[in-house]
Amino acid sequence: MSIEQREARQPWILLAPALTAIVMLLIVPLVFIVVYSFWLKSAAGADTPGFFLDNWQEALTDPFYRDILLNTLKIAAITTLVCALLGYPAAFFIARSQGNKVVLLVLLMLPFWISYIIRTMSWINILGVSGALNSAMIWLGIINEPIQMLYNETTVILGLVHFLLPFMVLNIFVSLDGIDTNLEDAASSLGATRWQGFLQVTLPLSLPGLAAGGLLCFVLSAGTYITPVILGGPRDAMFANLVYEAIIRQLNWPLGSALSLLLLVVLGVLVIIYNRYLGMAQLAKGLG
Amino acid sequence: MDDTKRYERLRERFQNGDISRRRFFGLLGAAGAAYGLQMPFARQALAAGDVSQVRFDGWGGVVSEAFRKHAFDPYTDKTGIKVIDGTFPGGDEYLALVRASQPGEYNIAHLSGVFDYARYHSFDLTSELNLANIPNMANVMPALMNAFKSITPDSLSAAPYDYGTTGLAYNRKFISDEEMKEKGAKILIDEKHKGKIGGWSDWRTRMWYAALQTGQDPNNIEDVEAAWDAVRKHRDLALKYWASGAELMSLLAEEEIHVTEGWSGRIFALQEQGHDIGYYDPPNGFGWQECLFVLKGSPMAACEELLNFMLDKDTSIAVAEGQSYPPALDPTKVDLGDKIPKLPAFDATGTLSGLTFANPAYWNGNEADWSKEFGRVQRGY
Repeated sequence: MSIEQREARQPWILLAPALTAIVMLLIVPLVFIVVYSFWLKSAAGADTPGFFLDNWQEALTDPFYRDILLNTLKIAAITTLVCALLGYPAAFFIARSQGNKVVLLVLLMLPFWISYIIRTMSWINILGVSGALNSAMIWLGIINEPIQMLYNETTVILGLVHFLLPFMVLNIFVSLDGIDTNLEDAASSLGATRWQGFLQVTLPLSLPGLAAGGLLCFVLSAGTYITPVILGGPRDAMFANLVYEAIIRQLNWPLGSALSLLLLVVLGVLVIIYNRYLGMAQLAKGLG
Repeated sequence: MDDTKRYERLRERFQNGDISRRRFFGLLGAAGAAYGLQMPFARQALAAGDVSQVRFDGWGGVVSEAFRKHAFDPYTDKTGIKVIDGTFPGGDEYLALVRASQPGEYNIAHLSGVFDYARYHSFDLTSELNLANIPNMANVMPALMNAFKSITPDSLSAAPYDYGTTGLAYNRKFISDEEMKEKGAKILIDEKHKGKIGGWSDWRTRMWYAALQTGQDPNNIEDVEAAWDAVRKHRDLALKYWASGAELMSLLAEEEIHVTEGWSGRIFALQEQGHDIGYYDPPNGFGWQECLFVLKGSPMAACEELLNFMLDKDTSIAVAEGQSYPPALDPTKVDLGDKIPKLPAFDATGTLSGLTFANPAYWNGNEADWSKEFGRVQRGY
């Protein structure tokens, strides 16, 4: 074997473990799901192999699925917006703090050491009828009777913001930390106020981080399942809950596969649009 | 020749220069891959031989605690076989897991309802118990055994273990016993309690109670649309559908909800904890019997030994007192002590004639349509 041939093979050899993992753990299961989506669940409960478009027809034409999908995208959009509004000042503060940046970043990461489910359930102890907030307000004489705050769409969004805010802050922080502060000084020396300097220099330069954080928050919240189960009321459901119900409750794996692929395609299109205009490099920085 | 010997020979050939380093490591890698691939299948093969552990899946919370403390730990001390206990929030979730698993991966499940037994049988998941290895089965109420035999007449795949009801649980601070008895199942669709009503997110329970609310026989609902309307009304008045026994207990104890249907044992556990929660079984309330179901592909001898141990009088009574559900033991044959006769749903006659059970053929026949429809109704349709 010539040196050129060996050099050409080397990257593939190095990539082989990662490629094997991706193929076996991602591509192969995905192919199974695609195949499953064309099967049918028979009346007896067993799956009927074949090539049927019934599940796709139902998933794409039934207004029930369309409405829940739109509601899911709405909740994801609101969550992303709230995360951006809350996350930007926090990231700005960390990026511009002197000396204690590492401590602040560690504090930001601390919630990840606790299970997401436990963190979500903690809101029951805070917002519940006999929770901390109601107890405090009654004790202070602000209210006489506890207020019903839990189990609605607002608490679902609250739980999602709680979960996703660190992702947003980290992405914006990475972007802000990479901006040369001399640019803001230069803007000031040219007569810009601090606010103008922020609006015309810092904010535009940090937009890739904001967009990366936004994409992460949106995709993760749109695919969430457990938050509506814990903090939602009877009607509050997101699309992933329908996938769960189809597969687990109704044992209709073919329909569940079609629904999960539909969500995957919708979110995939968003990622493609993001990649087209901003590239994935910023996302990798934020995650790194 | 064992694997160690093979490795030593290979290493010797490498050290002697008979094979290259590349080939040596290549063969080691191939051996590792082959070992990894054969393990899942080897596990099944091993299941037929020596057994060091058995997997048991149940309902979690106080029920699992009672099983662990009074049955599994003493069984392990006696036999040396470990019981790995997992939990599930409902039979549907567990069935999905079992269907996606290899035979032998899951062994024994604490299943609810004869309809579950029928469903598992329809998916070819039943095993055949050797009743000679479970002599304590002789003490089980015939009424409970017959329900399973009607589905698998020639063999049994499960041992009946306990029974209970899904009745109405209410906070006495807000709802009197008189109001509960007067309104019965209709209290769950009473505007007066809007925002303080709960319910299990289980389509069977929702439809069963909808039948009661519309004055129909739960095992023969003739006006299905009226029943769905009752489900919709309950949805609009409810604060929360609970998804597990632990959540049910938390919602009632924290006074988030004032009334819901609930599992008799869990409500008794709440009462024992000092909460002033009432429990009322309305006429035709939802009765169910639970079993220890042995799945196809399990190590049968070890499972039968565990079942026999669990059906032993002392174990059975201790577990029943711990989980607050009456045991399957026939009270006309076995002295069940002082506490069990006080448990909700207890039947002293051993016939269970006072309880209404779900007709497996009727409910399983409607499962596909009703479970799907409930998913829609739940979301506002």
